[in-house]
Amino acid sequence: MGLPSGTFNQSYAQDMAIFRTKTHWVMLIAFLIFLFTCPLYFSDRILTIMTVIGITVISVHGLGILTGYCNQISIGHAGFMAVGAYTSGILTATLGWSFWAALPCAALMAGLVGILFGLPSLKIKGFYLIMATIAAHFIIIWFILQFQNLTGGGNGLSVPRPEIGGFVLKSKASYFYLVMTIACLATFFAKNLVRTRAGRAFIAIRDNELAAEVMGVNLWAYKLLAFFIGCVFAGVAGSLLVHYVAFATVDQFPFMNSVWYLGMLIVGGMGSTVGVIFGAVSLKLLDELVTIVGPILSAAVAPQAAASLSLIMRGLVIIIFLIFEPRGLAHRWQMVKAYYRLWPFSH
Amino acid sequence: MTFFLQLVISGFALGMVYALIALGFVIILKCSKAFNIAQGHFVMIGGYLGFTFLVTFHLPVWVSLLAAIAVAIIMGLLIERLTLRPLVGQPVLAVIMMTIALATVLEGLATLIWGGEYKSYHGVLPTITLKLGELSIPPEALIGVMVSIVVVVILMLFFRYTRSGLAMMATAEDEQVVQSAGIKVTTVYALSWVIACIVGVIGGIILGGVSGVMVSMSNVGLKAFAVVLLGGVNSIGGAIIAGIIVGVLENVAAGYLDPLLPAGGGLANVFPFIVIIIVLIFKPYGLFGLAEIERI
Repeated sequence: MGLPSGTFNQSYAQDMAIFRTKTHWVMLIAFLIFLFTCPLYFSDRILTIMTVIGITVISVHGLGILTGYCNQISIGHAGFMAVGAYTSGILTATLGWSFWAALPCAALMAGLVGILFGLPSLKIKGFYLIMATIAAHFIIIWFILQFQNLTGGGNGLSVPRPEIGGFVLKSKASYFYLVMTIACLATFFAKNLVRTRAGRAFIAIRDNELAAEVMGVNLWAYKLLAFFIGCVFAGVAGSLLVHYVAFATVDQFPFMNSVWYLGMLIVGGMGSTVGVIFGAVSLKLLDELVTIVGPILSAAVAPQAAASLSLIMRGLVIIIFLIFEPRGLAHRWQMVKAYYRLWPFSH
Repeated sequence: MTFFLQLVISGFALGMVYALIALGFVIILKCSKAFNIAQGHFVMIGGYLGFTFLVTFHLPVWVSLLAAIAVAIIMGLLIERLTLRPLVGQPVLAVIMMTIALATVLEGLATLIWGGEYKSYHGVLPTITLKLGELSIPPEALIGVMVSIVVVVILMLFFRYTRSGLAMMATAEDEQVVQSAGIKVTTVYALSWVIACIVGVIGGIILGGVSGVMVSMSNVGLKAFAVVLLGGVNSIGGAIIAGIIVGVLENVAAGYLDPLLPAGGGLANVFPFIVIIIVLIFKPYGLFGLAEIERI
């Protein structure tokens, strides 16, 4: 890792620090202050976009741990989000629990379902695991549609907004604060998780499963742990999403989203916490661009142009990144930083 | 009993088409080690091509079929050259994501060109009516079975007796040896994509004649994955047997269990995924697949 010219690590703590210099800390605090004062400057429309981005970041952090660090590729992430969403929806709407009790239950439930569908990962990998997770997505959605007296089936489920001691988080701004707080905590957790014993085990499994096992990494435990943690993030994100919309349907968790989350990971860069944020933010903004351009195109060309533009754009972005920048935006960011640190001396 | 036999027979007919689609998948996998998630989308494109040539242009069936195959050849060559060739040597995930992205683009293009609506050309394809006692065999299904069998036999002969077919089989065995023997591996890759496209498009025309075409028709590809996994990913014979098993099981399960389920069931759509999970847990390499042995 490059440090600014003239800065040297002199202790283990310095070597391990994420925020190494004073400038880093100043930038972090400035960013957090900016983030949490956003409702002062921006309109409700922009706050909505930012809230959805925040929820996506939480979800993709889970996928980043599962796929980016542990190499257990999952294309069922939207399905696991749906598990969290419906758990929390049923607990609050039908049983009248508080949102704050339902959120951990949703996370736990999604994690347990994740473990269930992660079981095949002990025997299989690569394409086979992808098929298992695709199957997981469709089976989960089918179950939700079948148990309609519990989940509302195709009609959906009305979900209350969360409240704190009588104060309902009704405005866009209040929900924005909730989501951003959880997104920051999720980022903190995800960044630090990969520096722990479990995180190192995940990376060992990613790099070479057999070698990891020979070194004494318990594959069984750590793969399931990766599935559990990844799906806990998904459960939290799903729960936040339905409480934001105040309604839960299976249409909020289409299969395309599962694919698109993996696309975010590829665009951002596999195995990088900051890459997750880059990927989620840039692709969500691209989605927003499509929702603006789509109707114009539809009016000009053909009515179906908007729908097809969104699909073609999503596919092309992934294709272009896979061919030209397989290491993602995080790698570009590292190169920019290295250039900036060494400037004006090129080496 | 009649009900059961009826389900088995229409399941068998469906299974042959699944087997045909799964075959395209297995060919690409064997030759270039690429898992093609977009196989179902080739089928969907095939269905729409069938609609365009048969209904919009009013071409005769055989001309339509040849025209659709010509489009499939161009599509296969373009796909291989533009998207898959740059990824040679990349990890499995990159290739799979590429085919998923490809599937998305194809879906977008189909929506743009054909409007993403339900199109039907029921009754345009030739039909053969056959009655076995009380059992009636759906006429389009019968022609589907026959076309599937013909295509499978042609492919078998192609792999057994032609130079390119043998080159493909050899490439599946060992790429390096094949290269040193003077066979162009890139040509083999291109050929495998072309064959997969052709097979998918033919399957699409058959299915389109039976049940009409829409964008979500690409989900049949997901059923083909269940077939492929059950048969073993690198076994052509396995794909055919597993296709029939899955088709029959799906029809029988849906016929008997759907009335018992709340919300009308819809078991036929989720059944392949249940097969996938069960196969992956108990027999990850399928009925006829080779187990992968790894070294550090």
